[in-house]
Order: sequence, then C-alpha cells, then structure tokens
Amino acid sequence: MIGIINYGSGNIYAIANIYKRLDIAFSIVASKDELTACDKLVLPGVGAFDETMKLIKSNGMKDTLDTLVLSQKIPIIGVCVGMQILGDSSEEGTEKGFGWIAGSVNKLEASQIKHKPCLPHLGWNNILLKSEHTLLQNIDFEKGFYFLHNYYFKAARAENVLATATYGIDFPCVIHNDNVYGVQFHPEKSHDNGVELFRNFSNL
Amino acid sequence: MLIQNKGLVKTIKFKDPKYVGDPLNAVKIFNEKYVDELMVIDIDATRNRVSPNFNFIKTLAVECRMPLCYGGGVKTPDEAKIIINMGAEKVAISSEVVQNPLIVRKIADAVGSQSVVCVIDVKKKLFGGYEVYTENGTKSTGIDPVELVQKWELEGAGEIIINSIDRDGTMEGYDYKIIDKIRTAISLPISILGGAGSFDHIRESFQKYGIVGAAAGSLFVFKGKYRAVLISYPSESEISRFTNIPA
Repeated sequence: MIGIINYGSGNIYAIANIYKRLDIAFSIVASKDELTACDKLVLPGVGAFDETMKLIKSNGMKDTLDTLVLSQKIPIIGVCVGMQILGDSSEEGTEKGFGWIAGSVNKLEASQIKHKPCLPHLGWNNILLKSEHTLLQNIDFEKGFYFLHNYYFKAARAENVLATATYGIDFPCVIHNDNVYGVQFHPEKSHDNGVELFRNFSNL
Repeated sequence: MLIQNKGLVKTIKFKDPKYVGDPLNAVKIFNEKYVDELMVIDIDATRNRVSPNFNFIKTLAVECRMPLCYGGGVKTPDEAKIIINMGAEKVAISSEVVQNPLIVRKIADAVGSQSVVCVIDVKKKLFGGYEVYTENGTKSTGIDPVELVQKWELEGAGEIIINSIDRDGTMEGYDYKIIDKIRTAISLPISILGGAGSFDHIRESFQKYGIVGAAAGSLFVFKGKYRAVLISYPSESEISRFTNIPA
C-alpha cells in the first residue's frame, strides 16, 4: 500500500485522488504506526524548507522515516519541497534536511534569467532526460510538468540526477538515490504526465 | 471561473452575473481539455464579509488535475495557509492587500512567495489614467495601479494578475495600455485578464510580451454571439501555434 504522508502541509488530496482514479491502494498516513504499514511512501510539500522540516519533526515522524527509508529501504518520493528536504540543507533556512540524497537547496539565480519575469519559476516546462529510469517511462518530456518554486536541489553527485529542467540555469528536477526519489515539479497538477509518474512509482 | 453562491457565473464589466453551470462539473471538463491552470474567484466573499469556503475549495482542488489558484475573501496568513493545505497551489488576494500592502509579506512568509498572487482590478478614469478598485469593482480607491504593484513586489508577491474592469466580459481584447505600464514597472510574472474574445487575442499577447499568462473567462465558456454556454479550450496544436513565436 502507498502511504501519502500527511504532516500538515502539502497537496495530499490531489495525490490521493490520482491513486483513487488509478485504483491503486493508498492511505493517508499521519502517525508512526500508519507509516510502518506502508510499502511505499509519498512525501508531498508546499511551502518553506524550515517550516516543513519542523512540522515533520514535531509530528514525531523523522526518526521513523529515517528507519523506514535507510534500513528497510522503502521506496519514497518527495514532491516539490518534499524533494528539497531529501537533501542536506537549504539556503532558505537553517534546519537540516533528511540527507538521503547528497545536495543542498539553493535559490534560483534571478540574474541568470535574461527575460522578464524572473522569479518564481512558474508554469509548465519541458524536462530533459539524463538517465533512463522506469519512474520516467511513458512520460512526454517535451510536454513536461507544472513548476512553482524559487529554490532548486543542487545535487552533489551527477549520478543522482535523472532529469533536468532549464530556467536561467539547468537544474535537477528528478533525482534518485537507491530507494529515494524526488521531483521538483507538481506531478499531481500535471495532467497525464503526472498520473503516469505516480503509476510508475507504484510499480517500482 | 467566477463563483457566486457556489455556482459558476460570468460577468460583463463586473456586473450582471450570468449563471453558466456547476463549478465542479466545469473543473471536470477543464481536466479533459488539459487546461494549463485554473483560477477560481468567489466574487461575493469580500463584499459579504465572509471568509473563504474552505470545504468548497477542497472539493474543487481534489478534482483539479491542473494547478489551481483560489481567490475571494482572503484576508489573513492563516486563511491563505488553509487554502494551500486544501490543495490549491496559489492564493489570490486583492481587496485586503490594496488597503494594506504589508499583509503581502505576512502571507508570503506563511505559504511561500511563489504561492502569493496579487490581483489588481483596474478601471480607466474619466479624464485619463487608471485607478484601482476593490470589493468586486464596487469601491474606487484613488490608488495608482503602478505604485501599488511596486509595493506588492517589494513585499514578496509571487505573481500579479492585471484584471481590467472595463474589458471584463466584453471580449474586445486585452487592455494593453495598463498592462504595458505595469509590466515595465516590475519584474514579477504577470497574468492578464479581461477582454480576451478570441484565440487571436491570446496569440497577440504572446507576440507582444513573450512570457505572459493569458487568462480568459468568457472565451472558454461561451460560444457564438448569443453567448450560449459551451466550455471550450484551445487544443494542443492550436496552443503551439500561438506560442511558436521566435524569441
């Protein structure tokens, strides 16, 4: 069963609705016991890095998640800020991330974006495949996904980057390390491509 | 999508709301048409002094397979936060932040500036220039639009929507005069609303500005000169025709 983690932030209902339509078993999980009953996890996120980490810690989920992901190797996918907190740290705040994928979260550089408007990076953007993976099968890369963010994940290791997008700079938009996955865009708001991605994740 | 009493309506110059259908049903149709983004505005909430209807927002957000921006009656960072937690990507604010631009910063701190959309309702003044209106076009403020959006940018707005009261529902084309003024004054993403009556109007805005959000109401819900209700949206190949413009 896929657990959609409800720690008080993020777009859990739209993700739940996609799994419901796909007829794939899911559950919205908010406690340690519920987390351990899942064999895959989705970590949504909307908002700021520090606030997100603080919520996860205050809900007492951090240690359980570390155990599930690092020892039991449960597949997990972070979405948007849920992806950013997979890294070590962020320029946006002082909290530490999970550190499951080596990297830091940096602000997109407005000076590198030649056209108006500058930030946030907002709207639909195509993505560029860097490494084949079943998570990205049947995805229309040209059509891409819906993005809405000011910060991006700067991966320390190139091999962790499955796809990039371009906005001023090329930045990782799909990352992967072992059983941990992250996407910067919002698949739950990206029509068919998003549905495919969630279906692929359920089949991993 | 304009909402009044939980029904989908369309106005002309912010007046004479005409009922065009059930919002949830409209969302389902817009899903099938692969709409890029949906904006839902409750046009009565501020005037009736009521808070946003959070359950209603959740019902719509769950159904949306495209990004959703909700506006109407939003006054506080806490309300903005609930709306984001209900599954909207963005919160639109207008009346409250016209009166008090400093609230923009507080809302941006609560939900992240990328999710804060400031909507400016503008109307031509009788003897030239433009003025900002609030409360669904009923209250003139005497405020200059350009000064206001500059304040919003400084306070951490993520996006500006320029909504022309004069062009609303007229399908005569966007009011480029005020859009030009605002666009040169700030560097935030801008979406334009009010007046789109054909796909040519949308193509024209892309040719003029390159990157701009082209929004429309009547164009997507009415068909023909008798304004029969028929939800439509350009196909992918039509959209690629408007966007295939040399940079």
